[in-house]
Amino acid sequence: MSATSDALGREAAVHRRRPPWLLAWPIFPVLIFLGLVFLYPVAQLLWLSVVDRAGDLTGTHYLRLFASPVYVKVLQNTFEIAGWTTVLCIVGGYPVAYLLATTSENRRNNLILWVLLPFWTSFLVRTFAWIVLLGRNGAVNDMLEALGVTDAPLELIYNMTGVMVGMTHALMPLGILTMLSVMQSIDASLPKAASTLGARGGQAFWRIYFPLSLPGVAAAGLLVFITALGFFITPALLGSPRETMITQIIIQQVQELLNWPFAGAISMLLLVSAIAVFYLYDRALGMSTLAGGAPVSQRGGVGGANPIGQAGAWLGGRLIAGLGAASDLVAEQWERLFPSRPDRRPRGSSRTLLWAVVLAVIAFLALPSFFIAPVSFTTDAFIEWPPTFFTWRWYETFIASPTWTAAIVRSLGVGAVTAALALVIGAPAAFVLARQRIAGRTAAMAFILSPLIIPRMIIAVALFYLYARIGLVGTSLGLVLGHTVLAVPYVVVTVMAVLKNYDERLDQAAGSLGANRARTLRHITFPLIRPGLIAAFLFAFITSFDELTIALFVSGGLATTLPKQMWDDALLKVSPTLAAVSTVLLVFVTAMILLAEYFRRRTAAPTSR
Amino acid sequence: MSTAAGTPPKLTIRDLRKTYGPVVALEGASLELREGEFLTLLGPSGSGKTTMLMIIAGLTQPDSGEVWIDRRLATYTPSHRRDIGMVFQNYALFPHLTVYENIAFPLRMRKVSEATIEKEVRRVLDLIQLPDVGPRLPRALSGGQQQRIALARCIVYRPSIVLMDEPLGALDKKLRDQMKLEIKHLHTELGITVLYVTHDQEEAMIMSDRVCLMNDARIEQLGTPDELYFRPRTVFAADFLGESNILAATVVGVEGAWATLRADAADGVTVRAPAEPGLAAGERVRFMVRPENVALLGPGESADNETAAALEEAILVGGVTKHYARLPDGTTLSATSLTGGPLGAVERGAAVRLGWTRERTVILRENGPAHQ
Repeated sequence: MSATSDALGREAAVHRRRPPWLLAWPIFPVLIFLGLVFLYPVAQLLWLSVVDRAGDLTGTHYLRLFASPVYVKVLQNTFEIAGWTTVLCIVGGYPVAYLLATTSENRRNNLILWVLLPFWTSFLVRTFAWIVLLGRNGAVNDMLEALGVTDAPLELIYNMTGVMVGMTHALMPLGILTMLSVMQSIDASLPKAASTLGARGGQAFWRIYFPLSLPGVAAAGLLVFITALGFFITPALLGSPRETMITQIIIQQVQELLNWPFAGAISMLLLVSAIAVFYLYDRALGMSTLAGGAPVSQRGGVGGANPIGQAGAWLGGRLIAGLGAASDLVAEQWERLFPSRPDRRPRGSSRTLLWAVVLAVIAFLALPSFFIAPVSFTTDAFIEWPPTFFTWRWYETFIASPTWTAAIVRSLGVGAVTAALALVIGAPAAFVLARQRIAGRTAAMAFILSPLIIPRMIIAVALFYLYARIGLVGTSLGLVLGHTVLAVPYVVVTVMAVLKNYDERLDQAAGSLGANRARTLRHITFPLIRPGLIAAFLFAFITSFDELTIALFVSGGLATTLPKQMWDDALLKVSPTLAAVSTVLLVFVTAMILLAEYFRRRTAAPTSR
Repeated sequence: MSTAAGTPPKLTIRDLRKTYGPVVALEGASLELREGEFLTLLGPSGSGKTTMLMIIAGLTQPDSGEVWIDRRLATYTPSHRRDIGMVFQNYALFPHLTVYENIAFPLRMRKVSEATIEKEVRRVLDLIQLPDVGPRLPRALSGGQQQRIALARCIVYRPSIVLMDEPLGALDKKLRDQMKLEIKHLHTELGITVLYVTHDQEEAMIMSDRVCLMNDARIEQLGTPDELYFRPRTVFAADFLGESNILAATVVGVEGAWATLRADAADGVTVRAPAEPGLAAGERVRFMVRPENVALLGPGESADNETAAALEEAILVGGVTKHYARLPDGTTLSATSLTGGPLGAVERGAAVRLGWTRERTVILRENGPAHQ
């Protein structure tokens, strides 16, 4: 007994002597890593855009950018496409998030799988699916003609419509999941309270639920908009040259013209846009809402001191009151037509309508990928709907091709090593961030998360520039390092989330029972958070496995990854072989998600009452 | 369950039944709430009291049965048209609205003029003695203050009935004691009709005009706190409220108002108790006597009902002293008395005599009336 307390006392004394920054040492590897492989190359690329050959400061690259109407037009395009994508994602995603947040836990878990499935399915696969669906001879046109709605095929692809459909489809799950995290923190008794206080459904929703969900809407809008700014896959494959986005210009400048400074200038522009959007968001709502923090007040009188905020709050208040009154008016008319009776069960018509909308949106999200599968068995030489069955030929081509098999092997290998590396440097950092109050915690957190926010294209181009000089282009090591930059934020966030729910007293108990820190970690902490670690590993793996941007630049001409190979193929022609590859990928990702879900549920079971 | 003459019931529920899948949450529940009455639904968790409250509030729909509010059928009326007020366990104050706007909310929903809203909000804020918190956000207030705001929001529009779902559950003991008295005070001052849900028997006893004891999805017993405490009709009721000694016995005979029982435990000692209607010789029953009604008899003292026992333990609790004594068959009987002086040494196993009056002996039929 006394020996134990002596030991504890001594350990405490040791801790007291150490300077506090040293206690935070597990966070250092990830900071050093990101400093070298992320901050340094990006800074260098941006620096390149403001100096001339002699190394003197110059604005020529920017002048050129704004002098040419082509680039200004592209910039305008980019903002327009990102803006409309954001609007569509919010409008379509809000009902889904709302239903998910307000339905029973069982239904939520089942429905959310259908949102997660497209979320984790390769962007490329989903884009190919839209080619199958929207093409002149695609499934949609085929169906419309069969039904007699149209005589001639509609132009649904290689224009703005195609880009909008593809981008909305790609980003809506992100919007839904972001909104859901805020909506789930809204106290379920609030709408009930509003109802007992005399508010009809419309008033209760618009005056109470909607304002409280706004931080989620804003966060979702921000993430969707910024991600959309950096898109190039969808506009390249589903759009025409008129829908060229800014990142496509960067690719062109680097790959075709090798004009680094100009690519740097465009990157800078993209980065500044992203940061500007962030800044405006932070001023209006505060960054804490991004992490699902407490929603800030929306109404006047309490809001911030700035006049714009107050005017906005006042306007918002009027708007909300108006919307509440309007929806009640509709409900009153409805009740006049179909009066409810106190002795009969009400029909719950608004909830039925919500379900219908949500199921339609979820069908839009989840179903298209499945159109890929039939096409992969077609005997035609190109993609057409309906496919003529049946052949394994495309799968045979795919398996027999050394290019494809090499790409798969490389993608799996790079993914596994990336996930391991991200976990090894990310998990210790998560421990520090979740448990210690260190100086500069917020700054460290922001730095670790910044690879998610900074458009990938900038990181990719910057890495290419760095690798070109140190001979890492075309190496697996280069790929792994690049992918780890993108995967580490996911690992840190996932592990932190698990640790937030972890009762630290268990560790203290182990310590008081005589286990040192290493044994406590090994026998107590790790077994308890293992599912979280596995989930983090899977997140990191899929991030790498599905990554195209960095691979596009870094993998070089020969050694290619699966997404890179698919992209190269698709630029030539979207063939049934691609459909076969996509189908395999779809099955693989679905299996991974079900596996992750299985682990999640298995650990959730014993703790839930 | 007769209604006091002249006052029509504010709330009547008839034969309410609610199931969740195979689980019966409420079965055959009927009761009436009179104007100005404070009625408490008391019971352990899962006894159906919250389900009943939610059905009355219109937040849950019953499988069958009827709800009448102010003599209007309201079984499936949406809650916003029921003219009820509800105080939630976690207060459910709207976090994005100021205290003023929270209290103004029900008035705005009723399209009351701005001038009246101002006047009414001021009135209830004064009533709960928090006149200056109007411009603040709920989270800037303490738990007790939030509780009072929730109450104010609920009474500002003078609903027919105020429903309260364990409103004191989140407060600490001291605040809870204070709020109990404040709610009681508001109730008498404003003459509001209250239906209150709690699992805390002390809360129920202190505040209520009548208590509806619930158990296993049914109403176990409905009556004044006095009736429930002194005349429990079932083992559950006797056990749930206060402490009790419950012993098995056989009815030997009934003469007029009094019944004679033979207790199993105390070597067939005979016990006299007020007879229940319909009680017949030979019936197996249990009887209950409260520990504070059991006395340790001194030499020469006697009582209506007496039994010999062996003293097991004496505990000085403070104002009262508890004695535990073992009956010949091993069951323990407890007796509580006011502490007269120091306990001194207690001889374990000492032979004592325990006695209690026949008036304080209560016969419990094996099945409560609700189960028949």
